[in-house]
Amino acid sequence: MMLQIIDLAFILEKLILIVVVISASLVIAMYTTFAERKVAAILQDRRGPNRAGPFGMLQPLADGLKLFFKEEIIPDFSSKFLFILGPALAMMTAMMTSAVIPWGDVIEIAGRKVSLQIADIDVGILYVFGVVSLGVYGIMIGSWASNNKFSLLGGLRAASQIISYELAMGISMISLLLITGNLSLKQMVLQQQHGFYNVVYQPLGFLIFLICAFAECNRTPFDLPEAENELIGGYHTEYSSMKLGFFLFSEYINMFVSSVIMSTLFFGGYDIPFINEAAMFSTNVLAIVGVVALMIKVAIFIFIFMWVRWTIPRFRYDQLMHLGWRILIPLALFNMLATGALSLWMK
Amino acid sequence: MKALTNKVKPVNRAPMSFMEKLYLPAIVHGMAITFSHIFKKKPTINYPEKKRPFSPVFRGLQILNRDEEGRENCTACGLCAVACPAEAITMEAAERESGEEHLYKEEKYAAKYEINMLRCIFCGLCEEACPKDAIYLSETFTPADYQRKQFIYNKQDLLIPHPKENPEAYQEALGNRANKTMVN
Repeated sequence: MMLQIIDLAFILEKLILIVVVISASLVIAMYTTFAERKVAAILQDRRGPNRAGPFGMLQPLADGLKLFFKEEIIPDFSSKFLFILGPALAMMTAMMTSAVIPWGDVIEIAGRKVSLQIADIDVGILYVFGVVSLGVYGIMIGSWASNNKFSLLGGLRAASQIISYELAMGISMISLLLITGNLSLKQMVLQQQHGFYNVVYQPLGFLIFLICAFAECNRTPFDLPEAENELIGGYHTEYSSMKLGFFLFSEYINMFVSSVIMSTLFFGGYDIPFINEAAMFSTNVLAIVGVVALMIKVAIFIFIFMWVRWTIPRFRYDQLMHLGWRILIPLALFNMLATGALSLWMK
Repeated sequence: MKALTNKVKPVNRAPMSFMEKLYLPAIVHGMAITFSHIFKKKPTINYPEKKRPFSPVFRGLQILNRDEEGRENCTACGLCAVACPAEAITMEAAERESGEEHLYKEEKYAAKYEINMLRCIFCGLCEEACPKDAIYLSETFTPADYQRKQFIYNKQDLLIPHPKENPEAYQEALGNRANKTMVN
């Protein structure tokens, strides 16, 4: 009986955490669309949305509402099941990554320690990579099911782009793993709390990871899958209403999640830089402050995502492949070998 | 081939140096440029709340004028209609009856006065032609409607509000004309 009670509490705790994380990332993704428009406007000397609500804060709600009320068009010539599966899969894989991210330290509720991480699995990083590479299936299936040549071209581009950049990303990850020595995200954060951040040891690895993250999220300068002016919107040409909304939304969730992962892997996750915060706050306050610190890091990364988007034009397709295969992969390999050699030598 | 003008700039087709091939310095430079734009003043004006000031010679919709006691200035002489290059103005004259002195300034007045705003080119020649200061171009400039016939403005649409009965609306309709020193 006792065991049952504990299990129930455990399930309840995880359930609440899942709901909070999912809804939080949805709301954050929503406001990232708003932030994107505002940042774009500010970088271009415009004002951006400022009509809906104070400072235009209700703009994402209005956008979402608009998407819901749009006519739902499923082309006759599409395969309907896959057509609907595409955006659903894109959204799901975007949300799934957040399961292994340590959002903060533990909080104590009624003597019970609740970890602010949904699942602390030993192969956290591998899980992230697995789910991220699943992410392209949503785009591929959606584009193929549309039965439209522009969609298919967009899907093809997305697939080859993600395969190309995942290689370099994975290799740059290996060199990070050579230093940390384990795959659990929580352990990585704990290590960085005591020593330097991983970005100090792996600046080149971080740069490669950052560039690949841009490519994985289909953000400019790597937004070839949806290149508006070449492919009429690429893989989501045939989509309308909330299914289009799902595709666009999953892009923003991907951006949020990859920002979180970059802050966790390279910038200490929920650790506050330069301060030994464990000595200053009690457990619960510490956890909350940690979450805030993580969110600030994430906000900076999201701003960089946007900043780059409104600065750099899109690559040509051959330039994209050239960068991926002939520059980033050799560079990542070199980085891996150098890291391995150095860590052996330091021993 | 000799260039026709001296504005021709030769294109640099030299192969890229190592630093240029890295792209990153150029990208960082570009990002610095966009970042500097955060601090620039935005030229946009929040339109309905804030309006750009008009130039003193701005020509908007026509207004039929009244004098200080609220009598209509127009005598239906037709000079504005003659002057109008777009032939947008039509009118019908009538004679003032006794007892109507408080309505019309002179013995003759316009019983009907119409301007087709779709024809009007806002040149201001009617204002120049008018010997009685009865018509002038205001600062109103954004009429919008659902029907074409609504754009044929009749006298009620054009007349300035009565200065005695509705002084606030009168002042508003005067606009910056109230501050101008009239020449005649």
